[in-house]
Amino acid sequence: MSASRRDFLKLSGGAITAASLPFLKVLPASAASDVIVAVMGQTINSLDLHRTGTNRPSYQVAVNVYDRLVTFGTKVTPNGSVSYDYSVIEPEIAESWEITDSEMIFKLKPGGKFQDGSPITAQDVKWSFDRAVSLGGFPAVQMKAGSLESPDQFEAVDDLTFKIKLIRPSKLTLPDLAVPVPFVINSKVALANATDDDPWATEYLHKTPAGSGAFKVAQWKPGEQLVYERNEDYTSGPIPEIKRVIVREVPSPATRRALLERGDVNLSFNMPNKDAKELSEVDGLAIQTTPIENSIYSLCPNLGFDAFKDKRVRQAIAYSVPYQEVFDAGAYGRGEPMWGGPSMSPSDIAWPQKFPYATDLDRAKDLLKEAGMSSGFDVPLSISLGQIDWMEPVALLIQENLANIGVNATIEKIPSANWRTASLVEKRLPLHLETFGGWLNYPCYYFFWCFLEGHLFNSSNYRNEEIEVLTLETLHMPIDDPDYAPKIKRMIEIIWDEVPRIALWQPALSVGMNGVKDFEYWFHRQLDVRNLKGV
Amino acid sequence: MSGRYKTISLRIAQAIPVLFGVVVVSFILTRALPGDPAVYFAGASATEESIAQVREALGLDKSLPEQFVIYLGDLLRGDLGQSISTGQAVTDDLARRLPASLELTLMALFISCSIAVPLGVMAATKPGSLRDHICRVIVTAGVSLPTFFTGILLIYIFYYLLGIAPSPLGRLDFIYIEPDTVTGFYLIDAALIGDWETWFGALKQLILPATTLALFTMAPIARMTRAAMLSALSSDFVRTARAAGLSSSKILYGYALHNAMLPVITTLGMVFSFTLGANVLVEKVFAWPGIGSYAIEALVASDYAAVQGFVLAMAILFVLLNLTIDIAYSLIDPRIGFEER
Amino acid sequence: MSMAPTTKSDGFFAHIFYVLRGNPITALAFILLAFFIVCALFGPLIVPYDPLASNTSNALKPPSSDHWFGTDNLGRDVFSRVIVATRLDLLISVSAVALSFVIGSILGSIAGYWGGWLDAILNRLLDTIMAFPLFVLAMGIVAALGNTIENIVYATALINIPFYARLVRAEVNIRRDAGFALAAKLAGNSDLRVLAVHIFPNALPPMMVQISLNLGWAILNAAGLSFIGLGVRPPTPEWGIMVAEGANFVISGEWWLALFPGLWLMLAVFTFNLLGDGLRDIVDPRKRT
Repeated sequence: MSASRRDFLKLSGGAITAASLPFLKVLPASAASDVIVAVMGQTINSLDLHRTGTNRPSYQVAVNVYDRLVTFGTKVTPNGSVSYDYSVIEPEIAESWEITDSEMIFKLKPGGKFQDGSPITAQDVKWSFDRAVSLGGFPAVQMKAGSLESPDQFEAVDDLTFKIKLIRPSKLTLPDLAVPVPFVINSKVALANATDDDPWATEYLHKTPAGSGAFKVAQWKPGEQLVYERNEDYTSGPIPEIKRVIVREVPSPATRRALLERGDVNLSFNMPNKDAKELSEVDGLAIQTTPIENSIYSLCPNLGFDAFKDKRVRQAIAYSVPYQEVFDAGAYGRGEPMWGGPSMSPSDIAWPQKFPYATDLDRAKDLLKEAGMSSGFDVPLSISLGQIDWMEPVALLIQENLANIGVNATIEKIPSANWRTASLVEKRLPLHLETFGGWLNYPCYYFFWCFLEGHLFNSSNYRNEEIEVLTLETLHMPIDDPDYAPKIKRMIEIIWDEVPRIALWQPALSVGMNGVKDFEYWFHRQLDVRNLKGV
Repeated sequence: MSGRYKTISLRIAQAIPVLFGVVVVSFILTRALPGDPAVYFAGASATEESIAQVREALGLDKSLPEQFVIYLGDLLRGDLGQSISTGQAVTDDLARRLPASLELTLMALFISCSIAVPLGVMAATKPGSLRDHICRVIVTAGVSLPTFFTGILLIYIFYYLLGIAPSPLGRLDFIYIEPDTVTGFYLIDAALIGDWETWFGALKQLILPATTLALFTMAPIARMTRAAMLSALSSDFVRTARAAGLSSSKILYGYALHNAMLPVITTLGMVFSFTLGANVLVEKVFAWPGIGSYAIEALVASDYAAVQGFVLAMAILFVLLNLTIDIAYSLIDPRIGFEER
Repeated sequence: MSMAPTTKSDGFFAHIFYVLRGNPITALAFILLAFFIVCALFGPLIVPYDPLASNTSNALKPPSSDHWFGTDNLGRDVFSRVIVATRLDLLISVSAVALSFVIGSILGSIAGYWGGWLDAILNRLLDTIMAFPLFVLAMGIVAALGNTIENIVYATALINIPFYARLVRAEVNIRRDAGFALAAKLAGNSDLRVLAVHIFPNALPPMMVQISLNLGWAILNAAGLSFIGLGVRPPTPEWGIMVAEGANFVISGEWWLALFPGLWLMLAVFTFNLLGDGLRDIVDPRKRT
């Protein structure tokens, strides 16, 4: 045991870090201070975010191993934890940029290098952006949210100048360049491995990253672990403090907790709320809980279901939810309450903010009576098997209270493979729980996805003419526009009154740390290891 | 001898419709799974078009018979397709994960046999005694526990509370060097290069999950040992040996046990294939990177290729195992033929 | 148990008594069985709390005189849930086993009695089922059809069918040309009647053991399905689901959530497993050892 530890420390002096070994022979001890062992419950299925079928946990590779033109700043939140800062856009590959109403021009950092030592050029950026909008699937959708739709918009003016022609001026375009999707790939390496059938080298990049990021992938065993190794010649930002990060996949949450508590791992990513609450009182462990921006866990009554066509019935449901119990049993107090707001019209445009509903069964019964539904009705309440840890207790408590106002709900568990199809694509679940969180932190962005008819996360089949108009008007409008705030307030007022989504609470992301500090929270809610430091 | 080859080839020929049946059933079963892989893998905020693009990329826009013909063609070329949840070729996944499951299962059977066989012999020497009853209660209690429950309990006690067992993190702790892949069995690969440190490391990781499975498999082995020993002990040759004045331990271990081994081995074969299927739950608890945990993930994600590949691999293993047992049997005991029973 | 051979009833009961006295463990198994049957029949009437009523202010309380088995994460009484679950768990296992017994017997009888191509086809079919990893097959079926109680029963029944069919086929096959069968046929009985009345009952004794083993196995199977999230729907109490969900609370120290349902589950399976030996001893005195 000690021998292999010594071997590792000896080797790490230079031999290993100099060359990128395809497979590490020596894996380090968790005790070594510049090596971090992290565990998570999900599996990384690709090293290429653009590839069809890449799952969410894999996005962390795009963050840690690749760079973007720009990135968000870093801030320390009031509770002392580290978070990205949506209000600040900082250079990453780009050094500076100019924005007009018709174009954006980026100057790349001279001397920027990929991990293989070759220079980062505007042609690489152009190729990567073309790829992001051409391969289809989620990357194209996310690019489109920033009004980046076609390769014609991207131009490499010279080696260090990259130009984007804008379809429309939009406040969403610049922040959309800092999300994980538009990462910059070493196009020379990728093209050398592309084929006629596969012009975008998806097969190659799937297993072999070609980026310029702060970490290299030293080893990837799908379903087991991913090992990151520091890029000693990182040019786009500060070189990380940690030499090596081992990300191990451990499906059982109980096992993850035991490992963290016993100090066999340094970091447990996305812990269940209950563990986060209990372990935050344990000495030697630091639990960082960050409320997730622009995200609300909601109960959605579907307007495709007859009884829910009447807004009074939806309001009755909203008044019957046992909010406090739901928050205690589902979130163990981790997150922000989203119920019990003081007034039916908002005083500011903060989002998310407390909905003006609270548990009031008499009110709920009255509303049902007004709607001619006092005899109640039967409705299935659907939850996802993949999120059963919080959805099941929440659903059970809601079911119990609904029974008190005469609504007979049966809980239906839907396998996670089917959950998206049923809830978001077919939008056929009469009453269900939903978790949308917007990457770009604007209320209009949330409304765009959740309240416009036919949009993916509008799983309630909601349509309101005024919302349709106002959302599209505000979506690209700068937030300092004098019209912005009044319009947003009006939008919030409407959906508070009509409650197509009943807010339960704003969720939080919890990360447990033992022997490390400064985990940086990002809106994409994946493990960003760049900022971690040993204690 | 030619008759034997003929019967063996007949036996193999019989396996072909079974394998074909497995292929058909697994194809239908996966297609009946709920959920649309295209939607699942199109990811967050996918739109109609992007889902359609994914569907086309996965070949799911074709009709079922077309998909089946394509699948069969791929199979004949030895191509099991790509798993969408791990993003790897299914053959690679299986090749990497099967040894992990086999190593675990064999280790479990080894532990199980080394406890259950002596228990069975002990019980058979005095049927109906207190000793017999205790043996029976112990092994029955073992098989009555759900394996995932035993697993978590063992982790709680031996890792969390006592700190004796190593962290339940799969096949090898971080501090060890992974042996070069020869067989894929860490114990064998480590022994081959003489890396005993890693060998012990791998063994330590194996003990808890293997014990969990062993508890579950003791019952059939102990029962069969007991029954076979009883019939051997009451047979003529033992009576003769007794009459000839041989020592009772010599009779017990020298003659009776030897003769009782045949049915025990058959049971072992059955238990082996059953355990390989049953360790899906144990693998999940111990983060063991075997094919069982692979199958669960694949099934939950409606990952067609992976589920089909897993089922097919298990079926082939099952058929081969039965064939081996039959052949071994006929070699050990020439009285046994192959004719259809 | 009503299927035991109908000898003179006095002698039969005396025999049972004799077997039970000679084998205290079988006696224990029968006592446990009686206990579980009582729980299944009267469970909802005798439990102290509503098994579905939540009380979040009283969640995760360790066992006490008020709550013998503690409370779960919603403050529900674990003892009440464990007792009430008995009915459902027994129902699942008994109906699954009954289903596979009936179907297996019919298929096995046909194949064993008429033989020929029917037999050959059936054999390949059973081989195909057996070649599947059985638990994964059950998982697949429940995942495909949806996780309702009926589907859990169907899946469990299907994976058990080969065992019964094989057994019956072998027993019927041996006896179809036996003297008593031929005599019955010569006496003018139809094939069906000979098969059902004269031959099939002979297969019952060995099947008793199989049935009781399978009853235990069916419960474990349902529990395993629950563990991967394919069990019965909440809030219905079921042992497997309770163990599976409770398992995540063990490390955090709330051991009672998983331990008590686990104990009950184990006891039930244990009872059925022990019962197998006892039943065999009762119905088949020659095999007594």
